[in-house]
Formats: sequence, C-alpha cells, structure tokens
Amino acid sequence: MTNFWTAYIFVLTGITLLGLVALIHFTRRMPGTTDPEETTGHSFDGIEEYNKPMPKWWLSMFWISIAFGVVYLAWYGLGNYKGSGWSSTQQLADETAAHDAKYGEIFERFASIPVEELKDNQQAVRMGQQLFLNNCALCHGQTAQGYYGFPNLTDNDWLYGGSGDAIKTSLEVGRRGQMPAWKDTLGANGVTAVTEYVLQISGNDYDEEAAKNGQVIFAQMCSACHGADGKGNQGIGAPNLTDNIWLYDLPNQDLKRDIITTLNNGRAGNMPAWKDILGPEKVHLLAGYIYSLSN
Amino acid sequence: MSNATPSPQATETYNYTVVRQFSVMTVVWGVIGMLVGVIIAAQMAFPELNFGPYFHFGRLRPLHTNAVIFAFGGCALFATSYYVVQRTTQARLAFAPLVKFTFWGWQAIIVSAVITLPLGLTAGKEYAELIWPIDIAITLVWVSYLLVFVGTIMRRKTPHIYVGNWFYLAFILTVAVLHVVNSAAMPTSLLHAYSAYPGTMDAMVQWWYGHNAVGFFLTAGFLGMMYYYVPKQAGRPVYSYRLSIVHFWALIAVYMWAGGHHLHYSALPDWAQNLGMIMSLILLAPSWGGMINGMMTLSGAWHKLRNDPILRFLVVSLSFYGMSTFEGPMMSIKTVNALSHNTDWTIGHVHAGALGWVAMISIGAMYHTIPKLWGRAQMHSVDWINVHFWLATIGTVLYIASMWVNGIMQGLMWRAINNDGTLAYSFVQSVEASWPGYVIRLIGGTIFLSGMILMAINVWLTIRNSDQEEAVSAASAA
Repeated sequence: MTNFWTAYIFVLTGITLLGLVALIHFTRRMPGTTDPEETTGHSFDGIEEYNKPMPKWWLSMFWISIAFGVVYLAWYGLGNYKGSGWSSTQQLADETAAHDAKYGEIFERFASIPVEELKDNQQAVRMGQQLFLNNCALCHGQTAQGYYGFPNLTDNDWLYGGSGDAIKTSLEVGRRGQMPAWKDTLGANGVTAVTEYVLQISGNDYDEEAAKNGQVIFAQMCSACHGADGKGNQGIGAPNLTDNIWLYDLPNQDLKRDIITTLNNGRAGNMPAWKDILGPEKVHLLAGYIYSLSN
Repeated sequence: MSNATPSPQATETYNYTVVRQFSVMTVVWGVIGMLVGVIIAAQMAFPELNFGPYFHFGRLRPLHTNAVIFAFGGCALFATSYYVVQRTTQARLAFAPLVKFTFWGWQAIIVSAVITLPLGLTAGKEYAELIWPIDIAITLVWVSYLLVFVGTIMRRKTPHIYVGNWFYLAFILTVAVLHVVNSAAMPTSLLHAYSAYPGTMDAMVQWWYGHNAVGFFLTAGFLGMMYYYVPKQAGRPVYSYRLSIVHFWALIAVYMWAGGHHLHYSALPDWAQNLGMIMSLILLAPSWGGMINGMMTLSGAWHKLRNDPILRFLVVSLSFYGMSTFEGPMMSIKTVNALSHNTDWTIGHVHAGALGWVAMISIGAMYHTIPKLWGRAQMHSVDWINVHFWLATIGTVLYIASMWVNGIMQGLMWRAINNDGTLAYSFVQSVEASWPGYVIRLIGGTIFLSGMILMAINVWLTIRNSDQEEAVSAASAA
C-alpha cells in the first residue's frame, strides 16, 4: 500500500470524524432553544416538531464512542500506520505459540512411539480421535466409514497401503487419485464391455459375451495400473477391482452405472496434505488412530 | 370507490391507487416470505424435509431473505413512502406512468426471484443473489422510484421537507448506488456473470453493500416510516428536531464505513477491520437517536398504549430497534466477534432487527394506513390487531432467545479445549446440541407467521366490507 492511499484513508476518516464533531457541536447550539415546549412551527399532515435539547447521556455516549475510535485507531493502526504494531497475524502466531508451549509436550510424548503401537495407548487413541473428528470427519464421516468418493478407513482395504508408514505418508503429503477418462478412447461399446468384465471379476452379475471383449480391452488398457489380475497397485493408488469394495458407488444407484460413469469421465480424488496444517506430532497421532480402526 | 382522496389544502388529489396496491402486496409477500422462513427453519430442525434440489434449504434460504427483505419490506417501504410523501408535501405523486411502472416492475422482479432462486440461478452474493438481467430491471425500477420521490418533493406545497422524507430519500438514493456498484459484473451468458471485483476486494464490496442494505434499506427507510406513523398515531409532536438532524446525518455518514466488521479476522487488511469496528461502535449513538426521538414522542401519551394495539406495534418495534442496534456494535468488537462469528447468534441478531423492528413497524404502519386507504374508520377487527401484536412479540422473543442460546453455546463449544490440547467437541456435537434451539426457533417463527395470516384475513375483511358499504351507499343514493 502506497503512502498516497494511507493519506487518502486518513483524510476521509478524519473528515468523517471531524464532521461528526462539528455536526454535534453546532446543532447543540441551534437557535431557539429557550423554550423546550415550543415547536418549530412546521406542520406536516398535522405533525408538529418540538426542538428539545438532545439528552445529555446520549451526547456523552456519542462523544465517548468517537474518542474511543480515535484512540483505538492510534493504538491498532490505520493504513500504513501500524500504531503499537498489533496485527491479527501476530495474534494468531502468539496464541499458537502459547498453545504449543502448554500442550506441545503431551503431543511430543507420543512422537517416539511407532504408529502401529499407538493403538495400545488409550490417551493417544482418544487424542487422535478428537483430531480426526475436527479435521477429517468432514469428508470421511464421524465414524470414519467414508462416503461416495471418500474412502472407508475402517475396512482394512487400502488404496495406498495400510502399514503405519503408508498411512502416515498419506496424511503428511496427501494423495491425488488419477483415473483417466476412457469415453473417447474406448467408445460406448468398449466402456460397456470393460464394465461387464469388472463386474465379473468383482463377483457381480455380468453379461458373458461383453465381459469376454472387456477382458481383452482390460489387458491392453487397464492392467498397467490395475494389474493383470485386476487386484490394483498400492504403489500408485490404483484400486483393487476384485474385492467388491467401491469408492464411487452412490447409494441407491446401480453399481453398473457408477462404473460406467467412472470409465467415461475418469476420477480425480484429492486427499489434502496435513503436515503443514497440523504439524508432525498431530499427524503421527492421527496415523495411529486411523491404524487402530482396522487393527 | 374513488381512486383518489381530496387533500384538505389543494384541489389536486393524492394517488392512493399505488399505495393500495403496494399495501396489499406487503401483506401477501409478508405471508409468503415468512412461510418460506418457517419451512427452512423446519428443515434446520428436521433435515428429512429437504426434498430434491428445488425444495432444498440451500435454494429456499435466499428465496426467504429476498422475499422478506425486498418483497415484504420493499412493498412496505414503497407503500408508506408514497403515502407519507404525498401527505407531508400535500402534493400528488409526480410522473404517474413511472409510479405505475414501479409497482408492476417491482412485482415482476419479485416473481422472477421466486422462479430463478429455486432453479439454482444465483449471483452467489448474499442479499444480492439475483442474476444480472434481474439486477438491470431492479436498477430501472429503482431509478424510476427515485425520480417519482424527488419529483414529488419538488412539487411540495410546504416550505420545508419533513424529516421522514429525508430518511426515505437517503434510503432510495443510497440503495441505488449500493446496488449498482455491488452488482457490477461481466456476463458470460444470459444466466451467469462474474463479479467485477477480485477476491478480498469483492468481499469488501459485498459487505459494504450488505451492511448498508441493513443500514439504508432496513434502517433508514423504516426510520422514515417511524417518523410519520409514531407521531401520527400518538397524536404528539416529534420530540426533538435537532436530534433528528444530528442522528440523520451521523447515521448516513457512519453506516457507510461499518461493513468491514463482517470480515473480522479474514484476509481483509487489519486497518480496514479496525475502521469497520470503530465506526460500528460510533454508530450506536446515531442509531439510538432515532429510537429516542420515537420513544420520547410518546411522553405525555403513554396511556394510549393501553388501548391502541397499533401504537403498541410501533413502540415495541422501536424497543427491538434499540436492542438490536446495541447488539450490533457489541458484535462488531473483534473479541466478541471471535466468539459470535458463524454462530446462530448472528441469525438471532438479524431477526431481532427483521422481526422485531422491520416487520413490526411495517405491520403497525399498515394497520394505520389500510383503513384510511379504503375509507374506513379502523380495521375490521381491532381485537385481532391486539392478538397479532402478542403473537408477533412472543414469536420474536422465542426466535431471538433460542438463537442467542444456540449461538453462544456454539461459540463456546467450538473453542473449548481438553486438558491434552485437543478440541473438546466436534462440529457435529455442536449441531446436535443446537437442536432444541432449532425447534424453539421453528415454534417462534410459526407463531409469528400465524399472526401474519391473521393480519391477512383482517385486511381482506376490511377491504371487502368497505366495498360492500360503498355499494350500499351508491344504491341508496340512486
């Protein structure tokens, strides 16, 4: 912000506040105040006006609020003028530091315990659960059972692996699911064929002839990520297609339609990175809690 | 029935046709807008009531706010300003074709809002949701309104301009500026546009608009109403002319600055938040100036409250006005705002103003005006006005008290910390704890709505019986 704009703000604020002072001061001394019962002599549709003095307590309130405003701006700043140097950023930093100083030691206590062993510590699980409820439940649900597009964290079925380290990595750096769109490459028939094949290997009802074609396409196009047997690849987050557990399966909708939608348009799942938001100690506790849900 | 009543001093007649039209629509939109409010209050308490996209809370909520602010409040302001400006200037409304256009144009805009908002067509700005073609229509109607109002004042037979008209004029003029600036956008299609402002600047423009919509649409306009109906109904002179000068100029000057308090602890620069906060605190005195001038006008006439339910509406509306204009500055203090922001306290605060002040003064003004417009001594049933008064008061109190409790509880739950440093409650726990408050709010809103329905029946019978009397007298005259 340039000094010009600071000056601009000061001038406008000053005119407004001084204008208020002048308005109160001069109106108070309006002529014709001797008889408080006398009206102004105007009559509008029969309505007359007294011109009684303004209540003293009200005027005091007005003066005090203006004075408070000036003092407040002098202390907390206006434009480039920073007053005593207070800022909301600094307030946050101070309060965070005070919080960490008070509670940091409790979190650090658990940092040296491996993720897999945290589940045996009641306090660690409880703290991890509180962190989960306030940071993760929005997507994964209060009970961590997920929803359409958000993985269930309790079923021991993992996109990126269920070891303590894998869970912690998912939390620290986030994950980005990348299923390409196949509509243009495969065409409607190709998509239907692959869908029937996926239904077959996941143990659902399927159309035999279409599935046969689908198997050929799957081997060419899909197996690179999902594996020749369709069991997926946790290294790149490609889901296992044979376990009949679905990330994109809308309740009350035919599974076949969901698979066709996925194939046609692709999917782009997004798990945010939490390391910088929560800090390493809290991520460690969270990983412990999530591990405890299926172990 | 003649469409015009002779004024005592002049040969020309007042245009009451448009006042009648807007008065009837005030009651109609009041019932509809509050009904939608009761529906969304029910959806908050019982989420199963969200059916499909068109009947979903997310789409009905802007419909509710637009219907009560711009349809109900807007029609009340049009009706009373057209009535008051004629009576206090002793001049007929200027530009008759434009007068007609403001009525039909405004109704068309409301109907288009009723259609577009449930369809999910929105500009995405709170209290300015309507899409750009409707925004242009609003501008045309509003400029016509301004021309009519200024034109009428210029034709006045009185040497001075009455204080009520200052407030009406400030409201009309400022709302035009606010609407045009905040709605500035680049259209991408007939139904969609991008705001002309980026990021934080857009937020600041939005809340400069949003807070002044409260300040000018819902405060200055209704103060104009107050300055006519309170002294008129009480039969007493206005308390203090000089107080009205000070609080008028201070109110319109300071409101302009206060919008920053909607963006405390946001990306808005600290200094703009500071300015928004101190101007909001300074605003307390000018706001109370209006309440004092209204209340003190009753000194010497307090006994009239015993048997005049219309005066009761007006006086209680001033009490709620005083209460919510005290609450507002308090909530603008950063420390208080850190607790209250994003909680139901804000909803309660808004409704202390919307139900207690805006609706109750409009209802009182309508009960005063409607019999006069249809040539009757009083409403069909004065007892029903009294019943309505109690329904409205009890409904408002239940509404705001439940939201205070909810809001403060939510704010405290969200910040509560366990002794291990984790947050004590999850968000859903605060929602669960809010449920009793949501139910009480629904009950309060339903009571308020039932009063409004009683009013609609009372108004209908008043108008219908006036027609019958006319018919009888016309027949006997023949």
